[in-house]
Order: sequence, then C-alpha cells, then structure tokens
Amino acid sequence: MTRDSIPRPISRRRALQGAAATTAAWVGGLAAPMLNTVTAYSQSGAFNWQRFKGQTVEVLMETGPRADLMKKYQKEFLDQTGIKLGIEVIPEQQARQKVAIELNSGKPSFDVFNFAFHVQKRQFEKAGWLQDLSPWLKDSQMMPAEYELGDVSKMGMGFATTSDGQINALPILCDYFMVYYNKELFAKKGVAFPKTMDEMMAAAAKLHDPANGIAGFVGRGVRNANVVLWTQLLSGWGQETISRTKPLTLLTDTPDAIAAAEYYKKMLASYGPQGVTGFNWNEAQGLFMQGKAAMWVDATGFAAPVEDKTKSRVVGKVGYGLPPSGPKGHGSVTFGTGMAVPKAAAHKEAGYFTMLWMTGRAMAGRMMQVGGGIPFRTAPLKDPAILSTLTVPKEWADCAAGCAPLSMSGLPVIVPVTEFRDVIGTALTNLLGGADAATEMKRATAEFKPVLDKSEAA
Amino acid sequence: MIVFPWIFTIWMSLHDWHIGSKQTFVGLDNYIALATNRRFLESIGHTIYFTILAVVLPMVLGTVSALVFHKKFRGRGFFRTIFIMPMMATPVAVSLIWTMMFHPQLGVLNYLLSTVGLPPSEWVYSPNTVIPSLILVEIWLWTPFVMIIVLGGLASLPTEPYEAALIDGASQWQMFWNITYPLVLPFLVVALIMRTIDALKVFETIWAICNGGPGTSSEVLNVYLYAQAFAYNQVGTASAVVVVFFAIIVALSLILLWARQKAKWA
Repeated sequence: MTRDSIPRPISRRRALQGAAATTAAWVGGLAAPMLNTVTAYSQSGAFNWQRFKGQTVEVLMETGPRADLMKKYQKEFLDQTGIKLGIEVIPEQQARQKVAIELNSGKPSFDVFNFAFHVQKRQFEKAGWLQDLSPWLKDSQMMPAEYELGDVSKMGMGFATTSDGQINALPILCDYFMVYYNKELFAKKGVAFPKTMDEMMAAAAKLHDPANGIAGFVGRGVRNANVVLWTQLLSGWGQETISRTKPLTLLTDTPDAIAAAEYYKKMLASYGPQGVTGFNWNEAQGLFMQGKAAMWVDATGFAAPVEDKTKSRVVGKVGYGLPPSGPKGHGSVTFGTGMAVPKAAAHKEAGYFTMLWMTGRAMAGRMMQVGGGIPFRTAPLKDPAILSTLTVPKEWADCAAGCAPLSMSGLPVIVPVTEFRDVIGTALTNLLGGADAATEMKRATAEFKPVLDKSEAA
Repeated sequence: MIVFPWIFTIWMSLHDWHIGSKQTFVGLDNYIALATNRRFLESIGHTIYFTILAVVLPMVLGTVSALVFHKKFRGRGFFRTIFIMPMMATPVAVSLIWTMMFHPQLGVLNYLLSTVGLPPSEWVYSPNTVIPSLILVEIWLWTPFVMIIVLGGLASLPTEPYEAALIDGASQWQMFWNITYPLVLPFLVVALIMRTIDALKVFETIWAICNGGPGTSSEVLNVYLYAQAFAYNQVGTASAVVVVFFAIIVALSLILLWARQKAKWA
C-alpha cells in the first residue's frame, strides 16, 4: 500500500456517524453502499478516497512514462478509491488537437487529461474550459492531508494558477534543460566539462571529429522543436522571449536574442552532425545513444533510454551536467505538464481524485525512479528511499535538483505558442543553412508580431 | 450530404475563428491575407514542384515497367506481384521506414552510397534535397499504380494492327510510337489525372517524414492547411486555404479531363 493510499484513521464519532447514516439509508430503502459511505464521510468532514466509488473516469494521456505508470498502477487506484479508469493514450500532437477540439465542443469524452502548460495553458484559460479547483483544494473533504500541497514547487503552482488567481490544474512534471555528455569521449580528448558557454563552444570544437563520425554537439535543429534549444542558450544572456508586463512585447530580435541565435548557428552548423536541420530530440537522442555525439543539450526526461542497456551504447558513460552559464546569465529553461478536469466533464469530482492520485507524492516518486521526469515536488528529490532505488544514475537526479534554482521560462505563455515556435523555429533552421542571424530574427519577429497582437486583443 | 460541408467551409472561410474564441465575420479578409502570406505562397510553389516530379517520374517509370511486364518471360507473375507490393503498404508505415533509411548517420541509404564511393547525402534533413528525397518515396509507392493502369490498357489492345505492321515491315519503335502509344494514351491520361490529384493532395508521407521541413522547405499546401487548422487552431484561415486548394484541384482536373477527351480513341 502506498503512502497516498493509507486512509486517515476514523474516529469513533465519525464511525458512529457513518453507521447512523448507513442505517438511515437502509431504513429509507437506499441500500446502495456507495451512497451510504459518501453520506457518512460528507457528514464527518473527513477526506475519503472511496467517496466516488463505483464511478468510471475517462482519462486522456499523452504517450510517455506518465501514461505507462498510470496504466501500470490503475488497479492500485481502483482498490484505493473504487474508481475505475478508462485510459486513452495517444501521441502528444494528436492529443493536443483532440483536447482543443473536444473542449471547444463542450462535450469532452474525457473527465481528466494531461497537458503542457507552456503550450495550452493560456488557450484553456482564455476560453474558460477548465474546472476551478481552488475551492476543492481548500476543502478538507476534497483534499487529503497526505497530498502535501505545500510540497509542490512555486513554479509548478505558478503554472497551474490563472492570471485571476484560480487554480485550474495540478502540476505533475517539470522538465529542466541539462547537458548530457559522453564521459568517454571527453576523457579521450582530455576535455573538462564546460562551466561557461564559451567553454562549451571550445569543448565542442575539440570533440568534433567528423572523420570518425563524432559530432562535438547535438541538439534540436528542426523547426518548432529547435526554439527551446535557442531559449536555453538565450538564458545565458539572462533573457526570455517575451516581456513579463503587459502589453506583451516580443524580445526575439534584441541584440541578446541575436547573439544567442548566432551562438546557436555556430554551435550546430560547425560542430553539429550532418543533417542537423532535420533533427528533433529523437534524432539527437539516437545519435547520442550510439556514442556519436559528445554533448547533447535537452530536457531531463531522457535519462531512462540513455541508460537502457537494450537500446543504448553509452550506458555508464553518460555524464549529466548543468547548462553552462552565459555572458549575462545562467539558466535552465523549464517546461511543465499538468493535469486538469474540464468544466464540462461528466465526472468532475472523481476526475479530480484521479488527478490527486496521479500528481501525488507516491506517483511522483515512481516517476523519478524510472527516470521518467522530475516531479514538481521537492520531497521526492531528497527522499533517500527514492534516490536509492533509481534505475538511472544518481548524478542525473543531482543535476536535476541543481537545475531547479536556475529555472527560467522556456517558452512564452501565450495562446499562439505553436505558431511562435514555427515562425521563430523556421528562422533558426534558416540560420543553419547560412542565413544571417540578425536578418532572420528580425524578419521572424516582424512576422509573428501581428499574430501575437491579434491574439492578445481577442 | 455533399453540398453542406462545402457551404459550411466557405462560410467559415469568411470568419475569423480561433478555436476557443468568438467567431467574427470578416468577409474576404482571410483570402486577402493569404494573397500576401509568404508562407502560403511558398507552399503553393512547393506543391507545384512536388507534383511535377511526383507525377512525371512515376508516369515514366510506370509506363516502362508496364511495357516490360506486358512481355512474356519466366517468373513474370512473381515479379509483377513483388513490384506492386509497395502500393499495398500504408503510407505512414512506409514513411517511418524511409525516415530511418534517410537518417544521415544511422540510415542505410548513406551506407549504400559509401559502398560505391559516393559522399553521404543529407536527404530529407537538408532544405536543398528534401523534396527530391521525398519524391523517391513517391516513386517507390506509386510507380506500381501507374504500371497497373497502363498494363490494363496494354492487355486490352487489339492484335490486328500489330500483325498488319509486321507484314508491312515496321520496326519495334515504329510499332510502339504509331500503334501502342496512341492506343494506350487514354489509359495514360487516366493515370495522369489520378496521379496528379493524389500528388497535389499529398500529406501523410511529408508529415510523417519531415513535417514540412527543414524549416518550411517541403511544406506543401496540405501540410500548411493542417498547421493552420490543427496546430494553430485558425479555423477561418484554414477554411480559406481549403477553398483555394479546392479551386486549384478543380481547375487542374478540368484541364486534364479536357486532355482526356482529346486523347480518346477516334
């Protein structure tokens, strides 16, 4: 039994109230045990995981370790709550489209779903599609003490909170950007792990060995996906992509943004693998796992495949390092995913219970153990019981913990974020073909500005 | 059933509608914006470039293959079956296999190039080679389709003109050019119409292999349309693209149908 699943002790008074309620219900002909339990606990004011027993919650999950874990432990959830889960797992892009279309229809087929804060949060917030959880989070009948809401990081709760102070999601996982590096290749060339971005460029130059099929550096070059690598580099100039105050102003063509774009161009075009313009994280991961790339900058969630003996040739040779500091700043861009209940869901309360379980401490620990991601919680990162059973090196967890204080927003929280990524991403891809950084960043910024203005005005 | 979706699409194309926000009537604004949209105009260029290559090459290769398989030789049935197998495969599955083959470092195509002393290519990973590389997949997938149609045409040809030509001492080339080609032309035009419409509507292979990239270098109209509708949720703009796209396909189809009328047997 997990910690989350342990029911709180029932006092004699509550038990008597429950028994009285049950008897009353039986006498009145309402013999359904579920209703009796609900009545008993609602009168007692205690949290009860079994409160919505007998309901079936439809869950929509994006493909990934979270969905795998949910499927693996759904029986445990059923035993704990009496709530049956119907889990639909589909790839990220399709899930995003499905969610937007179904929420817009007003009759979603799911009661709870997971989503990326940086991609969809603003759109959902503006449309008012999500259930406000704030009253439930304050209600002792709806919020178990063992959930430890205070353990959820500020950034996570910030992501989950709307501009008018409503909490309409629960954070589940965060992804920091870190450096994966091949210790064997570093040792062979006598290169130390870089602490600054200048050192990283110099290290990539030394490690780049195309004659032997080794790229000094690998990262995302493909349109859209590449923007987050650039924003990681931009954090070295201490800058984000958009102003924090309204009216929102794009900061994608400032001298610092152009300097970061030039760095991106030089790093990938000079020391990246052939064809890097078409590389997303999966191509980069494949190359790194084959031992053909010395450094790879990407999100934390890739430790599991990199350390998988059946898939990777670099098991035991991988180092995990903090992103190097830049001339004006030091950051690790961070992305968050959460879970939410649609306002129009058929089983809102049971869906909310499903979220509590999925985002709770026990599942967060399990997520870490398999290297599936870093929870938006601090306790699992320090829990010796979890750290001692990691299936990935402890160095990874230490690195992730080190990224937390460097955390910076990796993408603007705006409705047309996909278009932002496409427009800026196309400019970055063009750089790899030899285009001028200043020209491209200015052109892309001018192209996206009307889209942003229109979206904000709506 | 047929008319309603069209009327609704045209109606939506006259609105500014982002999923999640209110629908506003904007008249022809979406069309006017498309006329000056660099990315949309480029996608038309990519569509034309892709279509020309994806029609001409499978047409030529399919016709040659049909002529080969029309001759009787040992194992013809077996080889013909092997040849048409790509057509039966699911385009997305095929695309995923080709994606792996195209990988510049880990793909088999660059290994094959290296075995004959050629330098590696970036295939779909370079803006310069992405469309020709995608055409390789199209050729592999759709040459059998052209071959089957032309082969059907060849099988239906009368034998008398050939017998008369042989008696008159005509060469193989003269028989092909003066008898086979004109008689099989209506079948070629059918294949051309179907292949052109298919190539114009291409989506799965490009989306699965390179998502319209690198950058937007292989973004054809359908991929652009998909991005507007499902990535950006711009339903009004996407509907306007659908209407323009439909107009292009109808215009081309009418030209090709006119050509077919011309090519009919006298």
